[in-house]
Amino acid sequence: MKTDQIDRKLLNLIQTDFPLSPEPYREIGEALGISEEEVLSRIRSMISNGLIRRLGGIFDSKMLGYHSTLCAMQVDQRRIDEVAAVVNSYPGVTHNYLREHEYNMWFTATAPSKEELDEFIARVKRDTGINEILVLPAQKLFKIRVNFDL
Amino acid sequence: MLSDQDRRIIKELQNGLPLASRPYQIIGFRLKMSEEELINRVSHLIKNGVIRRLGAAVRHQDLGFKANAMVVWDVPDDKICEVGGNMAGFREVTHCYQRPRQANWPYNLFTMVHGHSRGECARIAEKIAQAVGMNKYDLLFSTAELKKISMRYFE
Repeated sequence: MKTDQIDRKLLNLIQTDFPLSPEPYREIGEALGISEEEVLSRIRSMISNGLIRRLGGIFDSKMLGYHSTLCAMQVDQRRIDEVAAVVNSYPGVTHNYLREHEYNMWFTATAPSKEELDEFIARVKRDTGINEILVLPAQKLFKIRVNFDL
Repeated sequence: MLSDQDRRIIKELQNGLPLASRPYQIIGFRLKMSEEELINRVSHLIKNGVIRRLGAAVRHQDLGFKANAMVVWDVPDDKICEVGGNMAGFREVTHCYQRPRQANWPYNLFTMVHGHSRGECARIAEKIAQAVGMNKYDLLFSTAELKKISMRYFE
């Protein structure tokens, strides 16, 4: 994907210091030496080409009263698509990755209550026939950094 | 406790900031709040940690960070805070969590490491291992992304 120096500076800035003031895009433009219009058009094109997934708020699910956990399971290579379809059908599954390990499917699930989260895990077991799922909720957070230095 | 208004603010902010000159005025208008009231409330929600941050979520794969490894560590329980804190200090580590061990799973500290290649991820893990004095670890490289979305709350 093609980005120039200004795009990279713009991305760095809006990942970490998006202004909470009446004219944020004008302020960003001032910091980068470009117009408000140019800031908006660059952000629009980075959203449309998928480089920016979203411009908005990132929330702490626990503070919102939600429960979440990392899960891992062992899935036969031939059943990946079928099992992924069961797991991914739940809207609270936000990430699902295949990893090189005997536990090869790793996903995160977030639900409005502990009961709903447990119910979802039970449903995955029932619908896939895979009875062992590692349930690994975070006990302590040492770091979360979601911005990347470009 | 979150008020109904807070929930509405969160729903607006998860839909995305308007790409217009006065985005907070637009959201405020939808919620029957002034621009100033909205900005003050969002600022409060950031201060108390409900909103982690405001801004862009990017696809890092497209930015040259092609490899990511989940590096899992078996750390003595009485050292977890010290070791977790040290690992969090590495700029290559984006996430660091303590999670419970299981019968078939001996690892209790999880870090995400991003690099431009697998080799780079492995070198970073080795560097961290030496720096914190922990040698029981494993790297799990991702081979496919099956789903990645932003969570939608209160829907």
